[in-house]
Amino acid sequence: MPEELKVGCARPVGASSDEEKEPVITGGPEEKKTEKGVPMIKVGQKAPDFTAPAYHNGKFISMKLSDYLGKWVVLCFYPGDFTFV
Amino acid sequence: MSVDSIFVHKMWNDNELSKMVKGGVPFPMLSDAGGKVGTIYGIYDEIGGVETRGRFIIDPDGIIQGYEVLTPPVGRNVKETIRQLQAFQHVRNSKGTEATPSGWRPGKMTLKPGPDLVGKVWEVWKIEMEDD
Repeated sequence: MPEELKVGCARPVGASSDEEKEPVITGGPEEKKTEKGVPMIKVGQKAPDFTAPAYHNGKFISMKLSDYLGKWVVLCFYPGDFTFV
Repeated sequence: MSVDSIFVHKMWNDNELSKMVKGGVPFPMLSDAGGKVGTIYGIYDEIGGVETRGRFIIDPDGIIQGYEVLTPPVGRNVKETIRQLQAFQHVRNSKGTEATPSGWRPGKMTLKPGPDLVGKVWEVWKIEMEDD
């Protein structure tokens, strides 16, 4: 399901799947926003979709969160490669 | 997912992580240049320019069932993440008829919420069951 990336000199970058669209207000006027206007994450609500480049099994791929609908996903963020913890 | 490029991910996996885990990291190592995705998920630290330790459990419908965020110096407990995942899966398979009490693990008793259980949880669940 993930497409393999053609790797050139440019560093591949991902994007929020909503990025191209006009900012959409979802959830009504009472929806809480962070200072930058990004909707706050809440349990019980949809995980924001995104695409991102990835390294997996020796290949560079592009993956999209919504390709994993139908499966359980654990999405982990961490400060950086070669850090200690 | 971190702000590192996929090239750095490759170097870290191939040169260090594969020495900790046979065959290397079995799942995709995602790159988030500039913390764009991390910002949407509310875990990007703009001052440090890095993602904090955010961990999100997302169900098959794409719904966030749980999350945990730690500052960089403290590592996560993978066993606890797996325990939560198993509990969310159990609840989903029961179509919401069962709930998992504190400290639940697969095989342990669940609660069946309903009018008959109101005020009676103390009869069926004891504090010692949290750790047994």
